[in-house]
Amino acid sequence: MTKKTGVFVCHCGINIKGTVDVEKVAEKLAKHKGVEHAEDYVYMCSDPGQNKIIEAIKEKGLDSVVVACCSPTLHETTFRNAAKDAGINEFQCEIANIREQCSWVHKDKEKATEKAIKMSKSAVERVQQNESLEPISIPITRRAMVIGGGIAGIQAALDIANSGYEVVLVERSPSIGGHMIQLSETFPTLDCSQCILTPKMVEVSKHPKIKLMNYSEVQEVSGYVGNFKVKILKKPTYVDPEKCTLCDECTKVCPVVVPDEFNFGLTGRRAIYIPFPQAIPATFTLDIKACPGLLPIACGKCADVCEPNAIDYDMKPEIIEEEVGTIVVATGYDLYEKENLAEYGYGKYPDVLDGLQFERLLSASGPTQGKIMRPSDHKEPKEVVFIQCAGSRDPELHCAYCSKICCMYTAKHAMLYKHHVHDGQAYIFYIDIRSGGKGYEEFVQRAVEEDDVLYLRGKVSKIFEEKGKIKVWGVDTLTGKDIEIDADMVVLATAMRPSVGAEELAKKLKIAMDKDGFLAEAHPKLRPVESVTSGMFLAGAAQAPKDIPEVVAQASGAAAKAIAILSQERLFHSPNVAEVNLKLCTGCGMCVDVCPYEAISLKDGKAEVNKVLCESCGTCQATCLRAAISVKNLTPTQVHDMIEASLGG
Amino acid sequence: MMAEEFEPKIVAFLCKWCSSAGSDLAGVSRMEYPPNVVPIQVMCSGSVSPLYILSAFKKGADGVLVSGCHPGDCHYIKGNFYARRRIALVKELLEFIGLDPERFQMSWVSAAEGVKYTQIIKDFVNVLKPMGPQTKLRRSQ
Repeated sequence: MTKKTGVFVCHCGINIKGTVDVEKVAEKLAKHKGVEHAEDYVYMCSDPGQNKIIEAIKEKGLDSVVVACCSPTLHETTFRNAAKDAGINEFQCEIANIREQCSWVHKDKEKATEKAIKMSKSAVERVQQNESLEPISIPITRRAMVIGGGIAGIQAALDIANSGYEVVLVERSPSIGGHMIQLSETFPTLDCSQCILTPKMVEVSKHPKIKLMNYSEVQEVSGYVGNFKVKILKKPTYVDPEKCTLCDECTKVCPVVVPDEFNFGLTGRRAIYIPFPQAIPATFTLDIKACPGLLPIACGKCADVCEPNAIDYDMKPEIIEEEVGTIVVATGYDLYEKENLAEYGYGKYPDVLDGLQFERLLSASGPTQGKIMRPSDHKEPKEVVFIQCAGSRDPELHCAYCSKICCMYTAKHAMLYKHHVHDGQAYIFYIDIRSGGKGYEEFVQRAVEEDDVLYLRGKVSKIFEEKGKIKVWGVDTLTGKDIEIDADMVVLATAMRPSVGAEELAKKLKIAMDKDGFLAEAHPKLRPVESVTSGMFLAGAAQAPKDIPEVVAQASGAAAKAIAILSQERLFHSPNVAEVNLKLCTGCGMCVDVCPYEAISLKDGKAEVNKVLCESCGTCQATCLRAAISVKNLTPTQVHDMIEASLGG
Repeated sequence: MMAEEFEPKIVAFLCKWCSSAGSDLAGVSRMEYPPNVVPIQVMCSGSVSPLYILSAFKKGADGVLVSGCHPGDCHYIKGNFYARRRIALVKELLEFIGLDPERFQMSWVSAAEGVKYTQIIKDFVNVLKPMGPQTKLRRSQ
């Protein structure tokens, strides 16, 4: 039976019309088999445009619609809703993407028009065989998971929990706090970072709706939006947080000293340690990699002195399974690896530091209690060179992107350095100053005017040690002069990278990454907090380099998106699922084996599809030797007819 | 009189999540590539049956492209692994029946790779042009 299809060709102003002869497309399509009506209009997505579709459906008794316009990711929903408003099933509407995949990528009008005609005909062939479907309704697990306990994860978890939904907050290190807790002061107000973050950390630990799982990592994720199942590995800390009184007796007897991660190796810590005094949860952790051995015969000193008997060498890794409806990913960043920046002597000379190490030196709770001193000889540095874009904005050798926050924190570093060392001199090598943000430009000006920071526009060519000084060679491109500075310390504004392990996690979550390894948003402008995978949201520097206010805003945005899912009773699942033709099915079970979602099983010798689990990928359809299984509205028959139309048939 | 240059007809099966999105990005970024290719969006490269490929050649395609997410990045976990295995077999089959396997290509284009998609189409057209029309499987008109 042939349907009565209407074809609507959008000009999109001149976006489509500029390269595609839209009138000709409508004219040709009007003659195509099954097409009852065809017209073109300047903006199909506008209200009058949608009304044209609705009117045509009603007046001409159309039962299906093709809109030749922009990508279906943009207006498919708009036009499906218009179809619904006119009284036909929303699945009787298909899109021909003649903008992104045609008019915008071609110049030859004649050929582009020919291609647009083929694409539109292909969509007609498809819609002619579309079934009317109703969305499948499924219940929701009304709790959320937040992965990553930095400021992004903390904010998202608090927002969701404060809306009344339970949150599982998973953090892989012993304490939450992320990189923000390591910072000294924050630009542009010079608020003490710890002072503003610790209240939020305490709120997390006391919140009745937040289940904090520190020292834990996500192992496996299955399910779909509304109903995810997550397996979490809880690593043993060998210390019972309930019993630990934080008396600190254990660290006094522990014989092992290893570099302290919290201070980026500027100091050491014991094998049993608390990362920093305000750690949440407030407890010690025994680092099994550093510990000489758990058997009392190997050492056992910490357990001997622990009065409350909090140390338990028999603690084992546990796998915990959590069910959640939505997931916020806030895995943050790490700095560009040291070995990549050998030209700056990073990793070779102890007085060449990265930005986070310098933060620890500045911090009142840092290894030097806020006194600036050279790691090599503990002398106060009088000349400090700051180098911006260390690894950023360098597509040839390093990262092509701008790490965004370095201009501002370098100005802050130079300023704070001057506050500590009044007779010192700070130099900053920069390419450009990017100080967009509330109060940011004024902050940079303050560094220049009040703290005499000397900005040098140019790149550093070489850094080497000579007679206890670090020689910095560079060029000031504004004066054209060579610069040579005998510095006591060099601080690199190292590029931000996605945190170590983010790639592995992204694969487990099945969310996409961009070319730099940051998590990809669903749309760069309009869906910046959603991942491509429905029900998973992004927050913080895991998505792109950004500063604290932006991270907090994005985290609240991600939380709002998560809450929007959790606040519903039921979700609707796409009904374009696989369907078995029982007459053809022989029960061979090949589809059962290939289904990535275990949505197919054998029942009475025939394949049976669980509609809720099916994600419409069509792997089964390509595998079945007897064409006995097919995905609704993209069946092999439809595809064959679409191929025919695509080739001009 | 110079004969008009041969313009190959290409059908491209693009997966919805990566390659079609990558092709959209090429559009948004206003990159240019030859209009010889007509895309058909499928849910997953793993849903492209060998029959689709043969059907395209039979219906007159001079080249067929299947493009999916990068191995390991499949939106459907492992669909593109099935596609990869299947495609290797299809290539052998095409060779066996005497059709130049170069006429059939598989690529991995992520949603961020508009440039790559553009280049793949340009290269494919350049490969197909000197080969002339595909007649081996084309059904008689």
